[in-house]
Amino acid sequence: MKIVVCVKQVPDTKGGVKFNPDGTLDRGAMLTIMNPDDKAGLEAALRLKDQYGAEVTVVTMGLPKAEEVLREAMAMGADKGVLVTDRVLGGADTWATSTTLAGAIRNLEYDLIITGRQAIDGDTAQVGPQISEHLNIPVISYAQDIKIEGDSVIVERQYEDRYHVVKAKMPCLITALSELNEPRYMTPGGIFDAYKAEITVWGRADLKDVDDANLGLKGSPTKIAKASDKVRKGAGEKVTLDPDEAVSYIVDKLKVKHVI
Amino acid sequence: MDFTLSKEHEMARSLFKEFAEKEVKPLAQEVDETEVFPRETVEKMAKLGFLGIPVPKEYGGQGCDPLTYAMCVEELSKVCGTTGVIVSAHTSLCCDPILTYGTEEQKQKYLVPLAKGEKLGAFGLTEPGAGTDAQGQQTKAVLDGDEWVLNGSKCFITNGKEADVYVIFAITGTVEKRGRMTKEISAFIVEKGTPGFTFGTKEKKMGIRGSSTYELIFTDCRIPKENLLGQKGKGFNIAMHTLDGGRIGIASQALGLAEGALETTIEYVKERKQFGRAIGAFQNTQFQLADMATKVEAAQLLVYKAAMAKATQKVYSVEAAKAKLYAAEVAMEVTTKAVQLHGGYGYIREYDVERMMRDAKITEIYEGTSEVQRMVISGALLK
Amino acid sequence: MNLEEYKGVYVFAQQVDNEISSIAFELLGKAKDLAKDLNTEVTAMLLGSGIKGLADQLAEYGADKVIVVDDPELKEYRTEPYAHALASIINQYKPEIVLVGATAIGRDLGPRVSARVATGLTADCTVLEIGDFPLQAVPGQEQLHNQLLMTRPAFGGNTIATIACPYNRPQMATVRAGVMQKIDPIKGAKAVVEEFNPGFTPDNKYVEILDIVKSVVDTVDIMDAKILVSGGRGVGSPENFKLLEDLADVLGGTVSCSRAVVDSGWKPKDLQVGQTGKTVRPNVYFAIGISGAIQHVAGMEESDIIVAINKDADAPIFDVADYGIVGDLNKIVPKLTEALKAEIAAAK
Repeated sequence: MKIVVCVKQVPDTKGGVKFNPDGTLDRGAMLTIMNPDDKAGLEAALRLKDQYGAEVTVVTMGLPKAEEVLREAMAMGADKGVLVTDRVLGGADTWATSTTLAGAIRNLEYDLIITGRQAIDGDTAQVGPQISEHLNIPVISYAQDIKIEGDSVIVERQYEDRYHVVKAKMPCLITALSELNEPRYMTPGGIFDAYKAEITVWGRADLKDVDDANLGLKGSPTKIAKASDKVRKGAGEKVTLDPDEAVSYIVDKLKVKHVI
Repeated sequence: MDFTLSKEHEMARSLFKEFAEKEVKPLAQEVDETEVFPRETVEKMAKLGFLGIPVPKEYGGQGCDPLTYAMCVEELSKVCGTTGVIVSAHTSLCCDPILTYGTEEQKQKYLVPLAKGEKLGAFGLTEPGAGTDAQGQQTKAVLDGDEWVLNGSKCFITNGKEADVYVIFAITGTVEKRGRMTKEISAFIVEKGTPGFTFGTKEKKMGIRGSSTYELIFTDCRIPKENLLGQKGKGFNIAMHTLDGGRIGIASQALGLAEGALETTIEYVKERKQFGRAIGAFQNTQFQLADMATKVEAAQLLVYKAAMAKATQKVYSVEAAKAKLYAAEVAMEVTTKAVQLHGGYGYIREYDVERMMRDAKITEIYEGTSEVQRMVISGALLK
Repeated sequence: MNLEEYKGVYVFAQQVDNEISSIAFELLGKAKDLAKDLNTEVTAMLLGSGIKGLADQLAEYGADKVIVVDDPELKEYRTEPYAHALASIINQYKPEIVLVGATAIGRDLGPRVSARVATGLTADCTVLEIGDFPLQAVPGQEQLHNQLLMTRPAFGGNTIATIACPYNRPQMATVRAGVMQKIDPIKGAKAVVEEFNPGFTPDNKYVEILDIVKSVVDTVDIMDAKILVSGGRGVGSPENFKLLEDLADVLGGTVSCSRAVVDSGWKPKDLQVGQTGKTVRPNVYFAIGISGAIQHVAGMEESDIIVAINKDADAPIFDVADYGIVGDLNKIVPKLTEALKAEIAAAK
């Protein structure tokens, strides 16, 4: 079995967020980690590898620095790494990102593609389902459990108040929740081995069946009109009221804020 | 000269840091409070190869360099001094002498499971009458047929009772040296469970309270002849060489404690307010932190230099001694200042710096006191 | 793409077990505002099996028109038949705006559909309005009017971005639940109901549902709770925490506490908020009888809304509270619980 896992190097949101003057993110200025949902997806793939035997290829799109997450994935146990990087791919929204990744994945053999549900920088949860659309394969989002049965996957697909047990024929794309598992750690020796391994680097020219009009900032239908840091709040209102007034004061505020 | 770490080392650090934060830190207070050996943590570390970092892959280890190992002990000790010393004693004092002096059979039988973390190791040199003066040994080993018979006791043994494999030193005779009769010391590998090998008192300590410190008692304890480690009579050299490596481990532990205390304090002074200002806004605080940070970094450079020396040099006694001397004294100084900057809270158990200060003290004492390190360093200067 | 052809504000009217989800009504409320600004109509897209009868409800909440796709393939939510139906409606009717709830369904359906109809999608919006793009006129760039401006938090709430989709149609957004306002239902309102059959041809992408397991509610980790009712030493006794539990129950929230409460043995450690406890970021944090030592504040200051009740007017908790009430919690909290109970019952 061959499994492709898409991972993203994301800024550690605990470390504060920085922007370029044009409103896009200044990713170079922030500390980075492997996106947590993607790491759960990778762990799911590695468990399938442990259980059924599989070759796990990790794909990322980003700056050359994103190579680090591929090394990390390999230090956890992934077999191969593919870095998709090119100046013309920069500034992509989810649409352009998904066309790029689909273009890369068309060069690979796969039975299963696993992505994280969403990245902690954008929180959109769009790229996984969009890749599946471009590749014309089924998608099962929000997986909380994954099993293999013959040529099919059986996935527990989470909803707010229930889950569906869903069966799909492979090839198929699954988006993983971080609740899916507790990702393994790297091993010290694995880290040194990962840095000795080859990583495949692809640019625009290596993407298969992708139109230039669908790539990068120019190929992104959504445009940022305005972006800003959320202002840290200070003290709000302070009132001294008798109990009945206090109650209606709080109820009003909760109504205004749509809590009730 | 390049002071930047390689990407591999940076990533290894991030691994150790993440593990320490997630798996070790949450237990540090409890481990200290209850004085219970953190067995589960040790098992987790075993699974990840943390118990065989500098051991070659062919012997079940991770095949990494001493610097990677030092960084592991450093990061663990940032959050828990106990966990740091467990790894250090196991790796430096048990795996390392077997790797260096063991026969192929000994390596297969003992080093492989030690490096994989299936077994835990310890080292028994110190005796009630032989601390800094290692020549004061009383434990004896006598060859009787195919077996060595051990009699005597060892004290203050880290990982005592918890460990499965012990490197033990004992007198095997006397030799004439420069016209004087001196004790001939040899090293042995002793397994837990060997008849005649029992454990005495568990020590109650000021710091590193979760680490298990026991007296080892040998009463007609018979071990196979082939468990002699290295050549007969070379025990003193083996012990000294092993301690050179051990000191890098303890220096890393001390460094970690200092760094942990510094980081905790930086966070604290930003938040703690007195006289309407964060205490970090006072110049006294700022200058104290500047001194602490400078010393911590100097200690780190010495520790890393010693670790690199172990990788590239046959003899690194002086590097190791300098690293341990300085890192231990910095650990004591920085943790003490950290407590002071925390004020009353610093004296309270709930705040980590209180424990760190207690943990730091031992680094000036074990595996050669600071005075011994000064002897080693000055001895080389005046040779 | 002729952008002018695209007209009308369309809402995906999510239903589960043939019951319309609250988010659908919220979206209709917002769609009505947007449609008014654009001088156009609101259309609800209702997909399911045996759901025709639900169209009137959508009309009552503001739909001018309801497009119904009623087919057995749509009985339970599955990505492919739903995506096919929605994409077919979009291709047929050419709406200028499509709103989908940012639910476990919508966040799967939205991206798949947007990729199929080749347009942009903005996720998890909290504010939607009609305006210009660019916001201010820029020399050399045409300023477009009547654009959907979609505002959303990103980076775990650290940033806010406003996004437009100026050159593609429809402009698609998923919208966070609980943010938009429903209108008061207009009893007896009717919408134009139109049935639409896109035709379903099952293939590999029509996944098979083997089982449906409805979940029982677990105890909530305070770090996941949307509403926390947190008590401090000022609550006075472990028994008195009942007041807080009642309030939490009414709001579907969870009780948490300060260090002093854990130290007194009133509550277990896993409910402790603060530096030596957990860091929480709920939508609403009630700090009741909590003085607000810096060690506590460090664990909760990121909460969206902080309501503090304390009898000490100088308590530092008021420095971080959005709404601070100086008063006696023993008198205020039970009354608040009753008042909220009444409000919530009335809203149903």
